Amino acid sequence: MLDDFFTRAIIGGVGVALVAGPLGCFIIWRRMAYFGDTLSHAALLGVALGLLMNVNLTLSVFVVSAIVALALMAMQKRASLSADALLGLLAHSSLAIGLVVLAFMTWIRFDLMGLLFGDILAVSKTDIAVIYGGGALVLAVLAWIWKPLFAVTVSAELAEAEGVKGERANLIFMLLLAIIVAISMKITGVLLITAMLIIPAATARRFASGPEQMALVAALCGVAAVLAGLFGSLEFDTPSGPSIVVAALILFVLSFSPLVKWLPNVGKS
Amino acid sequence: MLATKEPLVWLENCGVNRNGRWIARGISFGVRPAEIVTLIGPNGSGKSTSAKMALGILKPDEGSVGRGANLKIGYVPQKLNVDWTLPLTAERFMRLTGDVAQREIDLSLDKTGVLKLAKSELRNLSGGELQRVMLSRAIARKPDLLVLDEPVQGVDFNGEAALYELIKAVRDETGCGILMVSHDLHVVMAATDKVICLNGHMCCQGSPRAVATSEEYQKLFGQRASASLAIYEHNHDHTHLPDGRVAHADGSITDHCHPDDGHHEGPNHAHKKGEPHVG
Repeated sequence: MLDDFFTRAIIGGVGVALVAGPLGCFIIWRRMAYFGDTLSHAALLGVALGLLMNVNLTLSVFVVSAIVALALMAMQKRASLSADALLGLLAHSSLAIGLVVLAFMTWIRFDLMGLLFGDILAVSKTDIAVIYGGGALVLAVLAWIWKPLFAVTVSAELAEAEGVKGERANLIFMLLLAIIVAISMKITGVLLITAMLIIPAATARRFASGPEQMALVAALCGVAAVLAGLFGSLEFDTPSGPSIVVAALILFVLSFSPLVKWLPNVGKS
Repeated sequence: MLATKEPLVWLENCGVNRNGRWIARGISFGVRPAEIVTLIGPNGSGKSTSAKMALGILKPDEGSVGRGANLKIGYVPQKLNVDWTLPLTAERFMRLTGDVAQREIDLSLDKTGVLKLAKSELRNLSGGELQRVMLSRAIARKPDLLVLDEPVQGVDFNGEAALYELIKAVRDETGCGILMVSHDLHVVMAATDKVICLNGHMCCQGSPRAVATSEEYQKLFGQRASASLAIYEHNHDHTHLPDGRVAHADGSITDHCHPDDGHHEGPNHAHKKGEPHVG
Protein backbone atom coordinates (compact mmCIF):
# COMPACT_ATOMS: atom_id res chain seq x y z
CA MET A 1 0.00 0.00 0.00
CA LEU A 2 1.54 3.23 -1.12
CA ASP A 3 0.37 6.24 0.78
CA ASP A 4 1.00 9.57 -0.82
CA PHE A 5 3.72 10.55 1.65
CA PHE A 6 5.49 7.30 0.92
CA THR A 7 5.52 7.91 -2.82
CA ARG A 8 6.97 11.33 -2.17
CA ALA A 9 9.63 9.81 0.07
CA ILE A 10 10.60 7.30 -2.62
CA ILE A 11 10.77 9.94 -5.33
CA GLY A 12 12.83 12.18 -3.07
CA GLY A 13 15.11 9.37 -1.94
CA VAL A 14 15.77 8.21 -5.48
CA GLY A 15 16.66 11.77 -6.41
CA VAL A 16 19.18 12.00 -3.58
CA ALA A 17 20.70 8.61 -4.43
CA LEU A 18 21.18 9.51 -8.10
CA VAL A 19 23.22 12.56 -7.11
CA ALA A 20 25.00 11.06 -4.11
CA GLY A 21 26.43 8.13 -6.09
CA PRO A 22 28.65 10.06 -8.51
CA LEU A 23 29.71 12.61 -5.86
CA GLY A 24 30.44 9.77 -3.45
CA CYS A 25 32.82 8.17 -5.95
CA PHE A 26 34.98 11.28 -5.86
CA ILE A 27 34.80 11.29 -2.06
CA ILE A 28 36.23 7.81 -1.75
CA TRP A 29 38.73 8.25 -4.59
CA ARG A 30 40.05 11.32 -2.82
CA ARG A 31 39.90 9.72 0.65
CA MET A 32 37.63 12.50 1.83
CA ALA A 33 35.07 10.48 3.78
CA TYR A 34 35.74 12.37 6.98
CA PHE A 35 35.46 15.62 5.08
CA GLY A 36 31.92 14.73 3.99
CA ASP A 37 31.16 13.83 7.57
CA THR A 38 32.31 17.24 8.77
CA LEU A 39 30.10 18.98 6.23
CA SER A 40 27.05 17.05 7.35
CA HIS A 41 27.74 17.80 11.01
CA ALA A 42 28.01 21.46 10.11
CA ALA A 43 24.58 21.14 8.52
CA LEU A 44 22.99 21.00 11.96
CA LEU A 45 24.52 24.36 12.73
CA GLY A 46 22.97 25.51 9.47
CA VAL A 47 19.58 24.30 10.65
CA ALA A 48 19.92 26.11 13.97
CA LEU A 49 20.98 29.37 12.35
CA GLY A 50 18.22 29.04 9.76
CA LEU A 51 15.60 28.68 12.48
CA LEU A 52 17.14 31.51 14.47
CA MET A 53 17.12 33.92 11.54
CA ASN A 54 13.93 32.55 10.09
CA VAL A 55 15.29 31.75 6.64
CA ASN A 56 14.82 28.72 4.43
CA LEU A 57 16.54 25.75 6.06
CA THR A 58 17.89 24.24 2.84
CA LEU A 59 19.46 27.57 2.02
CA SER A 60 20.96 28.08 5.47
CA VAL A 61 22.34 24.53 5.55
CA PHE A 62 23.90 25.07 2.12
CA VAL A 63 25.47 28.37 3.16
CA VAL A 64 26.92 27.00 6.42
CA SER A 65 28.21 23.80 4.73
CA ALA A 66 29.77 25.83 1.93
CA ILE A 67 31.49 28.15 4.40
CA VAL A 68 32.84 25.19 6.39
CA ALA A 69 34.01 23.48 3.18
CA LEU A 70 35.84 26.56 1.93
CA ALA A 71 37.33 27.21 5.36
CA LEU A 72 38.62 23.64 5.44
CA MET A 73 40.12 24.02 2.00
CA ALA A 74 41.92 27.18 3.04
CA MET A 75 43.12 25.68 6.32
CA GLN A 76 44.41 22.52 4.69
CA LYS A 77 46.76 24.62 2.59
CA ARG A 78 48.33 26.04 5.72
CA ALA A 79 48.29 22.64 7.39
CA SER A 80 49.56 23.59 10.81
CA LEU A 81 47.19 21.09 12.39
CA SER A 82 46.76 17.67 10.78
CA ALA A 83 43.79 17.49 8.44
CA ASP A 84 42.34 14.71 10.55
CA ALA A 85 42.37 16.69 13.77
CA LEU A 86 41.08 19.77 11.99
CA LEU A 87 38.12 17.89 10.55
CA GLY A 88 37.25 16.32 13.89
CA LEU A 89 37.47 19.67 15.58
CA LEU A 90 35.19 21.39 13.09
CA ALA A 91 32.74 18.51 12.78
CA HIS A 92 31.96 18.10 16.40
CA SER A 93 32.19 21.70 17.46
CA SER A 94 29.75 22.77 14.76
CA LEU A 95 27.42 19.92 15.74
CA ALA A 96 27.65 20.93 19.38
CA ILE A 97 27.08 24.62 18.66
CA GLY A 98 24.11 23.69 16.52
CA LEU A 99 22.57 21.64 19.33
CA VAL A 100 23.23 24.36 21.91
CA VAL A 101 21.65 27.03 19.72
CA LEU A 102 18.63 24.81 19.11
CA ALA A 103 18.23 24.22 22.85
CA PHE A 104 18.05 27.96 23.47
CA MET A 105 15.20 28.37 21.03
CA THR A 106 12.49 27.02 23.29
CA TRP A 107 9.80 28.79 21.28
CA ILE A 108 10.45 26.67 18.22
CA ARG A 109 9.05 23.18 18.00
CA PHE A 110 11.17 20.88 15.92
CA ASP A 111 11.88 17.20 15.53
CA LEU A 112 15.55 16.71 16.37
CA MET A 113 15.51 13.02 15.45
CA GLY A 114 14.04 13.96 12.09
CA LEU A 115 16.80 16.46 11.47
CA LEU A 116 19.53 14.05 12.44
CA PHE A 117 18.23 10.87 10.86
CA GLY A 118 15.68 11.86 8.24
CA ASP A 119 11.89 11.81 8.29
CA ILE A 120 9.95 10.36 5.40
CA LEU A 121 6.72 11.87 6.68
CA ALA A 122 8.18 15.31 6.24
CA VAL A 123 8.98 15.06 2.52
CA SER A 124 6.79 17.64 0.80
CA LYS A 125 6.26 18.45 -2.86
CA THR A 126 8.50 21.47 -2.37
CA ASP A 127 11.21 19.18 -1.00
CA ILE A 128 10.96 17.01 -4.09
CA ALA A 129 11.24 20.06 -6.30
CA VAL A 130 14.31 21.19 -4.34
CA ILE A 131 15.90 17.73 -4.52
CA TYR A 132 15.40 17.39 -8.26
CA GLY A 133 16.19 21.00 -9.08
CA GLY A 134 19.32 21.01 -6.92
CA GLY A 135 20.23 17.48 -7.95
CA ALA A 136 20.00 18.26 -11.66
CA LEU A 137 22.18 21.31 -11.10
CA VAL A 138 24.75 19.26 -9.18
CA LEU A 139 24.92 16.55 -11.85
CA ALA A 140 25.15 19.08 -14.69
CA VAL A 141 27.98 20.95 -12.99
CA LEU A 142 29.71 17.70 -12.10
CA ALA A 143 29.60 16.62 -15.75
CA TRP A 144 31.00 20.02 -16.69
CA ILE A 145 33.98 19.82 -14.31
CA TRP A 146 34.41 16.05 -14.63
CA LYS A 147 37.64 16.06 -16.62
CA PRO A 148 39.64 18.52 -14.52
CA LEU A 149 38.18 17.16 -11.28
CA PHE A 150 39.13 13.63 -12.24
CA ALA A 151 42.63 14.71 -13.27
CA VAL A 152 43.20 16.52 -9.99
CA THR A 153 41.82 13.51 -8.12
CA VAL A 154 44.36 11.18 -9.72
CA SER A 155 47.26 13.55 -9.10
CA ALA A 156 46.95 17.18 -8.09
CA GLU A 157 50.57 17.91 -8.97
CA LEU A 158 50.40 16.28 -12.35
CA ALA A 159 47.18 18.13 -13.18
CA GLU A 160 48.56 21.46 -12.09
CA ALA A 161 51.87 20.95 -13.92
CA GLU A 162 50.03 20.21 -17.16
CA GLY A 163 47.76 23.21 -16.99
CA VAL A 164 44.55 21.66 -15.67
CA LYS A 165 42.48 24.11 -13.64
CA GLY A 166 42.39 21.78 -10.65
CA GLU A 167 41.97 24.40 -7.97
CA ARG A 168 38.81 25.68 -9.56
CA ALA A 169 37.44 22.16 -9.98
CA ASN A 170 38.16 21.47 -6.30
CA LEU A 171 36.35 24.60 -5.22
CA ILE A 172 33.28 23.82 -7.31
CA PHE A 173 33.29 20.24 -6.02
CA MET A 174 33.16 21.55 -2.43
CA LEU A 175 30.11 23.64 -3.29
CA LEU A 176 28.45 20.62 -4.90
CA LEU A 177 28.99 18.67 -1.67
CA ALA A 178 27.41 21.49 0.29
CA ILE A 179 24.38 21.35 -2.03
CA ILE A 180 23.90 17.60 -1.66
CA VAL A 181 24.13 17.88 2.14
CA ALA A 182 21.46 20.58 2.08
CA ILE A 183 19.01 18.87 -0.26
CA SER A 184 19.25 15.41 1.25
CA MET A 185 18.60 16.54 4.81
CA LYS A 186 14.94 15.52 4.82
CA ILE A 187 15.61 12.04 3.44
CA THR A 188 18.65 10.79 5.29
CA GLY A 189 19.10 13.42 7.98
CA VAL A 190 22.28 15.39 8.41
CA LEU A 191 24.20 12.65 10.15
CA LEU A 192 23.74 9.94 7.55
CA ILE A 193 24.28 11.69 4.24
CA THR A 194 27.96 10.69 4.36
CA ALA A 195 26.87 7.07 4.38
CA MET A 196 24.75 7.68 1.25
CA LEU A 197 27.79 9.20 -0.42
CA ILE A 198 30.27 6.51 0.53
CA ILE A 199 28.55 3.13 0.80
CA PRO A 200 26.98 2.95 -2.70
CA ALA A 201 30.25 4.17 -4.22
CA ALA A 202 32.25 1.55 -2.33
CA THR A 203 29.75 -1.09 -3.46
CA ALA A 204 30.05 0.07 -7.06
CA ARG A 205 33.82 -0.40 -7.07
CA ARG A 206 33.33 -4.12 -7.41
CA PHE A 207 31.42 -3.78 -10.64
CA ALA A 208 33.19 -0.95 -12.42
CA SER A 209 36.10 -0.96 -14.83
CA GLY A 210 36.10 2.78 -15.43
CA PRO A 211 35.39 5.92 -13.40
CA GLU A 212 32.26 6.98 -15.29
CA GLN A 213 30.88 3.47 -15.08
CA MET A 214 31.55 3.44 -11.35
CA ALA A 215 29.66 6.71 -10.91
CA LEU A 216 26.66 5.25 -12.74
CA VAL A 217 26.70 1.98 -10.80
CA ALA A 218 27.03 3.92 -7.53
CA ALA A 219 23.91 5.90 -8.40
CA LEU A 220 22.03 2.68 -9.12
CA CYS A 221 23.25 1.03 -5.91
CA GLY A 222 22.04 4.10 -4.05
CA VAL A 223 18.62 3.88 -5.68
CA ALA A 224 18.37 0.21 -4.71
CA ALA A 225 19.31 1.08 -1.13
CA VAL A 226 16.70 3.84 -0.99
CA LEU A 227 13.96 1.53 -2.27
CA ALA A 228 14.87 -1.31 0.06
CA GLY A 229 15.40 1.02 2.99
CA LEU A 230 12.17 2.93 2.62
CA PHE A 231 10.06 -0.20 2.18
CA GLY A 232 11.79 -1.65 5.23
CA SER A 233 11.15 1.57 7.10
CA LEU A 234 7.44 1.37 6.29
CA GLU A 235 7.28 -2.31 7.14
CA PHE A 236 9.14 -2.20 10.45
CA ASP A 237 8.31 1.39 11.45
CA THR A 238 11.95 2.41 11.61
CA PRO A 239 13.35 5.89 10.83
CA SER A 240 13.92 6.36 7.11
CA GLY A 241 17.54 7.52 7.09
CA PRO A 242 19.02 4.67 9.15
CA SER A 243 16.90 2.14 7.25
CA ILE A 244 18.31 3.34 3.93
CA VAL A 245 21.85 3.20 5.29
CA VAL A 246 21.32 -0.32 6.63
CA ALA A 247 20.00 -1.38 3.21
CA ALA A 248 23.05 0.22 1.53
CA LEU A 249 25.31 -1.65 3.91
CA ILE A 250 23.58 -4.95 3.15
CA LEU A 251 24.12 -4.31 -0.56
CA PHE A 252 27.78 -3.59 0.13
CA VAL A 253 28.21 -6.84 2.07
CA LEU A 254 26.35 -8.74 -0.66
CA SER A 255 28.77 -7.34 -3.24
CA PHE A 256 31.49 -9.43 -1.61
CA SER A 257 29.41 -12.60 -1.67
CA PRO A 258 29.42 -15.25 -4.42
CA LEU A 259 26.19 -13.66 -5.65
CA VAL A 260 28.37 -10.88 -7.02
CA LYS A 261 27.91 -11.90 -10.66
CA TRP A 262 24.20 -11.84 -10.27
CA LEU A 263 23.91 -8.44 -8.59
CA PRO A 264 24.94 -5.94 -11.28
CA ASN A 265 22.37 -7.30 -13.70
CA VAL A 266 19.69 -6.60 -11.12
CA GLY A 267 21.02 -3.11 -10.55
CA LYS A 268 20.99 -2.24 -14.24
CA SER A 269 17.59 -3.66 -15.14
CA MET B 1 75.05 24.32 -29.19
CA LEU B 2 71.50 25.49 -28.59
CA ALA B 3 72.38 28.47 -26.52
CA THR B 4 70.80 30.82 -29.03
CA LYS B 5 67.26 29.54 -28.47
CA GLU B 6 65.05 31.14 -25.86
CA PRO B 7 64.67 28.97 -22.77
CA LEU B 8 61.31 27.21 -22.29
CA VAL B 9 61.51 27.70 -18.57
CA TRP B 10 63.98 29.52 -16.40
CA LEU B 11 64.59 29.96 -12.69
CA GLU B 12 66.27 33.08 -11.39
CA ASN B 13 67.86 32.77 -7.96
CA CYS B 14 64.88 30.82 -6.61
CA GLY B 15 64.47 29.59 -3.06
CA VAL B 16 61.85 27.72 -1.05
CA ASN B 17 61.59 28.27 2.69
CA ARG B 18 59.71 25.90 4.97
CA ASN B 19 59.35 26.85 8.62
CA GLY B 20 62.42 29.04 8.55
CA ARG B 21 64.59 26.50 6.79
CA TRP B 22 65.65 26.91 3.17
CA ILE B 23 65.08 23.58 1.46
CA ALA B 24 66.52 25.05 -1.72
CA ARG B 25 68.09 28.41 -2.33
CA GLY B 26 69.88 30.31 -5.04
CA ILE B 27 68.61 28.02 -7.78
CA SER B 28 69.13 29.44 -11.27
CA PHE B 29 68.96 27.50 -14.49
CA GLY B 30 67.02 27.28 -17.72
CA VAL B 31 65.93 24.58 -20.11
CA ARG B 32 66.04 25.36 -23.83
CA PRO B 33 64.35 23.48 -26.65
CA ALA B 34 66.09 20.16 -27.43
CA GLU B 35 68.22 20.51 -24.33
CA ILE B 36 68.40 17.85 -21.63
CA VAL B 37 69.13 19.22 -18.19
CA THR B 38 69.61 16.76 -15.35
CA LEU B 39 69.36 17.61 -11.67
CA ILE B 40 71.35 15.38 -9.37
CA GLY B 41 72.11 15.48 -5.69
CA PRO B 42 71.58 13.60 -2.44
CA ASN B 43 68.21 13.12 -0.73
CA GLY B 44 66.65 16.38 0.34
CA SER B 45 68.99 18.41 -1.81
CA GLY B 46 66.12 20.21 -3.52
CA LYS B 47 65.98 18.35 -6.83
CA SER B 48 62.23 17.74 -6.84
CA THR B 49 61.65 21.14 -5.26
CA SER B 50 63.52 22.80 -8.10
CA ALA B 51 61.62 20.76 -10.69
CA LYS B 52 58.32 21.71 -9.03
CA MET B 53 59.27 25.38 -9.09
CA ALA B 54 59.97 25.04 -12.81
CA LEU B 55 56.55 23.40 -13.25
CA GLY B 56 54.74 26.06 -11.26
CA ILE B 57 53.50 23.59 -8.64
CA LEU B 58 55.60 25.30 -5.99
CA LYS B 59 55.81 29.06 -5.74
CA PRO B 60 59.32 30.19 -4.83
CA ASP B 61 59.61 32.29 -1.66
CA GLU B 62 62.34 34.29 -3.31
CA GLY B 63 63.52 34.71 -6.87
CA SER B 64 61.40 34.35 -9.98
CA VAL B 65 60.35 31.68 -12.45
CA GLY B 66 59.55 32.31 -16.09
CA ARG B 67 57.89 30.05 -18.62
CA GLY B 68 57.38 30.45 -22.34
CA ALA B 69 53.90 31.39 -23.54
CA ASN B 70 51.54 28.45 -24.20
CA LEU B 71 54.16 26.03 -23.00
CA LYS B 72 52.89 22.46 -23.19
CA ILE B 73 54.31 20.40 -20.37
CA GLY B 74 54.53 16.64 -19.92
CA TYR B 75 55.23 15.65 -16.33
CA VAL B 76 56.25 12.35 -14.75
CA PRO B 77 55.88 12.90 -11.00
CA GLN B 78 58.02 11.07 -8.49
CA LYS B 79 55.01 9.36 -6.98
CA LEU B 80 51.52 8.54 -8.10
CA ASN B 81 49.28 7.60 -5.23
CA VAL B 82 46.05 6.30 -6.74
CA ASP B 83 43.45 5.01 -4.29
CA TRP B 84 42.57 1.35 -4.76
CA THR B 85 38.90 2.27 -5.16
CA LEU B 86 39.68 4.25 -8.31
CA PRO B 87 39.18 2.18 -11.45
CA LEU B 88 41.67 3.65 -13.86
CA THR B 89 43.20 1.76 -16.77
CA ALA B 90 46.55 2.71 -18.24
CA GLU B 91 44.80 3.68 -21.45
CA ARG B 92 42.40 6.00 -19.69
CA PHE B 93 45.27 7.46 -17.66
CA MET B 94 46.92 8.46 -20.94
CA ARG B 95 44.06 10.88 -21.58
CA LEU B 96 44.05 12.32 -18.08
CA THR B 97 44.94 15.92 -18.80
CA GLY B 98 44.03 16.22 -22.45
CA ASP B 99 42.75 14.33 -25.46
CA VAL B 100 45.28 12.11 -27.16
CA ALA B 101 44.58 10.13 -30.34
CA GLN B 102 44.29 6.37 -29.83
CA ARG B 103 47.12 5.83 -32.32
CA GLU B 104 49.41 8.05 -30.24
CA ILE B 105 48.47 6.18 -27.08
CA ASP B 106 49.27 2.79 -28.57
CA LEU B 107 52.47 4.06 -30.15
CA SER B 108 53.63 5.66 -26.94
CA LEU B 109 52.81 2.64 -24.76
CA ASP B 110 54.61 0.46 -27.26
CA LYS B 111 57.72 2.62 -27.10
CA THR B 112 58.12 1.97 -23.38
CA GLY B 113 57.19 -1.69 -23.81
CA VAL B 114 53.88 -1.69 -21.93
CA LEU B 115 51.35 -1.81 -24.76
CA LYS B 116 50.06 -5.11 -23.40
CA LEU B 117 49.16 -3.34 -20.16
CA ALA B 118 46.88 -0.80 -21.87
CA LYS B 119 43.74 -2.29 -20.32
CA SER B 120 45.32 -2.99 -16.94
CA GLU B 121 44.36 -0.95 -13.92
CA LEU B 122 47.05 1.30 -12.50
CA ARG B 123 46.67 -0.13 -9.00
CA ASN B 124 47.67 -3.56 -10.31
CA LEU B 125 50.88 -2.40 -11.98
CA SER B 126 54.32 -2.89 -10.48
CA GLY B 127 56.48 0.13 -9.73
CA GLY B 128 58.51 -0.26 -12.90
CA GLU B 129 55.42 -0.81 -15.04
CA LEU B 130 53.71 2.24 -13.61
CA GLN B 131 56.84 4.26 -14.30
CA ARG B 132 56.76 3.20 -17.95
CA VAL B 133 53.07 4.05 -18.26
CA MET B 134 53.67 7.49 -16.73
CA LEU B 135 56.53 8.12 -19.13
CA SER B 136 54.36 7.02 -22.07
CA ARG B 137 51.63 9.37 -20.96
CA ALA B 138 53.96 12.35 -20.76
CA ILE B 139 55.47 11.57 -24.17
CA ALA B 140 52.12 11.00 -25.88
CA ARG B 141 51.15 14.59 -25.08
CA LYS B 142 53.91 15.77 -27.42
CA PRO B 143 55.04 18.40 -24.93
CA ASP B 144 57.39 21.30 -25.47
CA LEU B 145 58.92 20.57 -22.09
CA LEU B 146 59.20 17.16 -20.51
CA VAL B 147 59.82 17.11 -16.76
CA LEU B 148 60.83 13.71 -15.43
CA ASP B 149 61.20 13.22 -11.69
CA GLU B 150 63.22 10.05 -11.29
CA PRO B 151 61.75 8.48 -14.43
CA VAL B 152 63.44 5.08 -14.12
CA GLN B 153 62.86 4.30 -10.45
CA GLY B 154 61.82 0.71 -9.96
CA VAL B 155 62.85 -0.20 -13.49
CA ASP B 156 65.35 -3.04 -13.88
CA PHE B 157 68.82 -2.24 -15.13
CA ASN B 158 68.38 -3.23 -18.78
CA GLY B 159 65.10 -1.39 -18.91
CA GLU B 160 66.74 1.64 -17.38
CA ALA B 161 69.24 1.94 -20.24
CA ALA B 162 66.47 1.46 -22.80
CA LEU B 163 64.31 4.14 -21.21
CA TYR B 164 67.19 6.60 -21.12
CA GLU B 165 67.70 5.90 -24.80
CA LEU B 166 64.01 6.46 -25.43
CA ILE B 167 64.10 9.79 -23.61
CA LYS B 168 66.99 10.86 -25.80
CA ALA B 169 65.14 9.68 -28.93
CA VAL B 170 62.09 11.71 -27.94
CA ARG B 171 64.27 14.77 -27.59
CA ASP B 172 65.88 14.11 -30.98
CA GLU B 173 62.54 13.52 -32.71
CA THR B 174 60.43 16.26 -31.21
CA GLY B 175 63.02 18.80 -30.13
CA CYS B 176 61.39 19.19 -26.74
CA GLY B 177 63.37 20.39 -23.75
CA ILE B 178 63.82 17.88 -20.96
CA LEU B 179 64.32 18.55 -17.28
CA MET B 180 65.19 15.40 -15.43
CA VAL B 181 65.72 14.56 -11.79
CA SER B 182 68.05 11.62 -11.45
CA HIS B 183 67.49 9.01 -8.79
CA ASP B 184 71.14 8.08 -8.87
CA LEU B 185 73.93 10.43 -8.02
CA HIS B 186 76.43 8.42 -9.96
CA VAL B 187 74.67 7.47 -13.13
CA VAL B 188 73.55 10.15 -15.48
CA MET B 189 72.65 9.91 -19.13
CA ALA B 190 75.32 10.61 -21.65
CA ALA B 191 72.72 12.47 -23.65
CA THR B 192 72.42 15.06 -20.92
CA ASP B 193 73.56 18.45 -22.13
CA LYS B 194 73.89 19.92 -18.71
CA VAL B 195 74.15 18.38 -15.28
CA ILE B 196 73.25 20.52 -12.32
CA CYS B 197 74.35 19.26 -8.97
CA LEU B 198 72.24 20.41 -6.07
CA ASN B 199 72.78 20.23 -2.37
CA GLY B 200 70.25 22.71 -1.07
CA HIS B 201 71.81 25.16 -3.52
CA MET B 202 73.61 24.96 -6.86
CA CYS B 203 76.87 23.15 -6.28
CA CYS B 204 78.11 22.98 -9.80
CA GLN B 205 77.01 22.45 -13.35
CA GLY B 206 78.40 21.42 -16.69
CA SER B 207 78.35 18.66 -19.27
CA PRO B 208 78.68 15.08 -18.06
CA ARG B 209 82.15 13.80 -18.55
CA ALA B 210 83.11 14.94 -22.02
CA VAL B 211 84.90 11.74 -22.78
CA ALA B 212 81.71 9.69 -22.86
CA THR B 213 80.42 11.69 -25.79
CA SER B 214 83.72 12.11 -27.61
CA GLU B 215 84.03 10.64 -31.11
CA GLU B 216 86.90 8.37 -30.15
CA TYR B 217 84.87 6.86 -27.36
CA GLN B 218 81.89 6.29 -29.62
CA LYS B 219 84.02 4.59 -32.24
CA LEU B 220 85.61 2.37 -29.66
CA PHE B 221 82.50 1.24 -27.83
CA GLY B 222 79.81 1.83 -30.42
CA GLN B 223 76.94 4.28 -30.55
CA ARG B 224 74.70 2.43 -28.15
CA ALA B 225 77.01 1.82 -25.27
CA SER B 226 78.41 5.30 -25.33
CA ALA B 227 75.07 6.99 -25.61
CA SER B 228 73.40 4.94 -22.91
CA LEU B 229 75.19 5.82 -19.76
CA ALA B 230 77.86 8.07 -18.54
CA ILE B 231 79.45 8.14 -15.16
CA TYR B 232 79.41 11.24 -13.15
CA GLU B 233 81.13 11.04 -9.84
CA HIS B 234 80.75 13.64 -7.25
CA ASN B 235 81.64 14.27 -3.66
CA HIS B 236 80.36 17.15 -1.64
CA ASP B 237 83.04 19.18 0.04
CA HIS B 238 80.81 21.17 2.35
CA THR B 239 77.77 20.85 4.58
CA HIS B 240 74.74 23.04 5.20
CA LEU B 241 74.05 24.63 8.52
CA PRO B 242 70.47 24.83 9.84
CA ASP B 243 70.32 28.56 9.15
CA GLY B 244 71.07 28.04 5.48
CA ARG B 245 74.72 29.04 5.62
CA VAL B 246 77.38 26.81 4.19
CA ALA B 247 80.33 25.32 6.03
CA HIS B 248 83.17 24.45 3.67
CA ALA B 249 85.83 21.82 3.98
CA ASP B 250 88.42 24.52 4.50
CA GLY B 251 86.56 25.64 7.64
CA SER B 252 85.10 28.83 6.23
CA ILE B 253 81.41 29.68 6.45
CA THR B 254 79.55 31.60 3.79
CA ASP B 255 75.95 32.67 3.23
CA HIS B 256 75.73 31.11 -0.19
CA CYS B 257 77.71 28.67 -2.15
CA HIS B 258 78.58 29.72 -5.67
CA PRO B 259 80.79 27.76 -8.02
CA ASP B 260 83.03 30.78 -8.32
CA ASP B 261 83.30 31.89 -4.71
CA GLY B 262 86.63 30.20 -4.26
CA HIS B 263 85.51 27.66 -1.71
CA HIS B 264 85.14 24.87 -4.12
CA GLU B 265 85.71 24.12 -7.71
CA GLY B 266 83.77 23.85 -10.92
CA PRO B 267 82.14 20.82 -12.50
CA ASN B 268 85.33 18.86 -12.79
CA HIS B 269 86.54 19.19 -9.25
CA ALA B 270 88.31 16.42 -7.43
CA HIS B 271 86.64 13.07 -7.13
CA LYS B 272 88.15 11.31 -4.23
CA LYS B 273 86.27 8.09 -4.05
CA GLY B 274 86.89 6.11 -7.19
CA GLU B 275 84.50 3.36 -6.32
CA PRO B 276 83.36 1.24 -9.27
CA HIS B 277 79.99 2.05 -10.76
CA VAL B 278 77.31 0.15 -12.53
CA GLY B 279 77.58 0.86 -16.22
